[in-house]
Amino acid sequence: MLKNRIIPCLDVKNGRVVKGINFVDLQDAGDPVEQAKIYSDGGADEICFLDITASNENRDTIYDVVEKTSKKCFVPLTVGGGVRTVEDINKLLNCGADKVSINTAAVQNPEVVEESSKKFGSQCIVVAIDAKKNGDKWEIFTHGGRNNTGIDAIEFAKKMEASGAGELLVTSMDRDGTQVGYDIELMAKISSMVNIPVIASGGVGNLDHLVDGIKLGNASAVLAASIFHYGKHSVKEAKEYLDSKGIPVRI
Amino acid sequence: MNVIIVDYNSGNISSVINSFKEVAKDKVNIEVTSDLNKIKSSDKVVLPGQGSFKSCVDALSNISGLVDTLSEFAINNKKPLLGICVGLQMFADVGFEETETRGLGWISGKVSKIDNKNGKYKLPHIGWNQINIIQESKIFKDIENNSHMYFVHSYEFVPEDKNVVSATTDYSSNIVCSVEKENIFGTQFHPEKSDKIGLKIIDNFIKL
Repeated sequence: MLKNRIIPCLDVKNGRVVKGINFVDLQDAGDPVEQAKIYSDGGADEICFLDITASNENRDTIYDVVEKTSKKCFVPLTVGGGVRTVEDINKLLNCGADKVSINTAAVQNPEVVEESSKKFGSQCIVVAIDAKKNGDKWEIFTHGGRNNTGIDAIEFAKKMEASGAGELLVTSMDRDGTQVGYDIELMAKISSMVNIPVIASGGVGNLDHLVDGIKLGNASAVLAASIFHYGKHSVKEAKEYLDSKGIPVRI
Repeated sequence: MNVIIVDYNSGNISSVINSFKEVAKDKVNIEVTSDLNKIKSSDKVVLPGQGSFKSCVDALSNISGLVDTLSEFAINNKKPLLGICVGLQMFADVGFEETETRGLGWISGKVSKIDNKNGKYKLPHIGWNQINIIQESKIFKDIENNSHMYFVHSYEFVPEDKNVVSATTDYSSNIVCSVEKENIFGTQFHPEKSDKIGLKIIDNFIKL
């Protein structure tokens, strides 16, 4: 039976983890390679790096991080943030990323999704959808949630599936950072409208939220950042909890 | 010993390279190339593959003499070869992804789309699924039945002779996820992304 995946996400800035795992036995709390290794040893089903490097000069640091991590971690590694062109995707894959997540570029230039999924295969193209509720619909935001495009998130999700995306990473901008749980309505809606896997993201504050994302939101995978940072919960605890709630996980 | 990972522009093979190097350490020489002479003289060959069946077959055919060299290696000389994902699928006679495309024809059968039961099952089949070992295989030495492996695919290999199937996985039906035919091995899952247990499979292949 296919298992639901738990994906810890690390924010990386200028080659260093900014919100990281605050474990006492860490040699270097800011080293993404070391933190990714702790997650994968702890049973993470995949690892996600979100590159939040602001300046172009420091962009290259993410390639170095990916290269080093992929030599130590043998579970799938997804990298997102600042990916604009087919060449960016190519570079990340060559460094050892298994999947690349595309956000702003997918909205501004959907051909990037089409072209890259043809070139590298749908399996490595994840489209990240940042959506915010507006009345009775959800609208797509880009540039890390700063720009409202007015594009309907559900329609966009269907369009991205048709363009060759292998998975959708759906983040609720209303919930992100709030720790009150995923926007279940949004997850369930998108999941029912597409036939590709949906990864739920944004708003996890406790382990029940992960359960809800899968049971009520019909997500194939759940991504979370802060509950795994600062040692609040380990990935192992999360999996045991999901298992106790009857959700199939890899233990 | 020399193990060649065939580099034929089949998409992202960094993870395959990293995992084989991790397992081989300094004891075994891992080389990434499409050089025909190097393939001929190597001890073992790994055939990765990502993207569509058609794009992989096309990429393989685009390198002059490569298909013949691989056939000579695996079929005539019976040296160990491991196909991963589309690398395994290409063993078939024919594939139906994008358009009907001839495969290598090493193991009779076809590659067709997984039946998603009218949308009940999402495709691609992505994530960790358990393998059901139905027949002993040399690459499964010390691998427990029902171990989790990482999958990502929408098409499945349907061989004519079921005796080549060493493991299946349950996703809408029993999907063939590992084959062994004499010296030819294949996994639909990605051992290079399946954590320690996947590395063990790679180790088993290297030690054949």
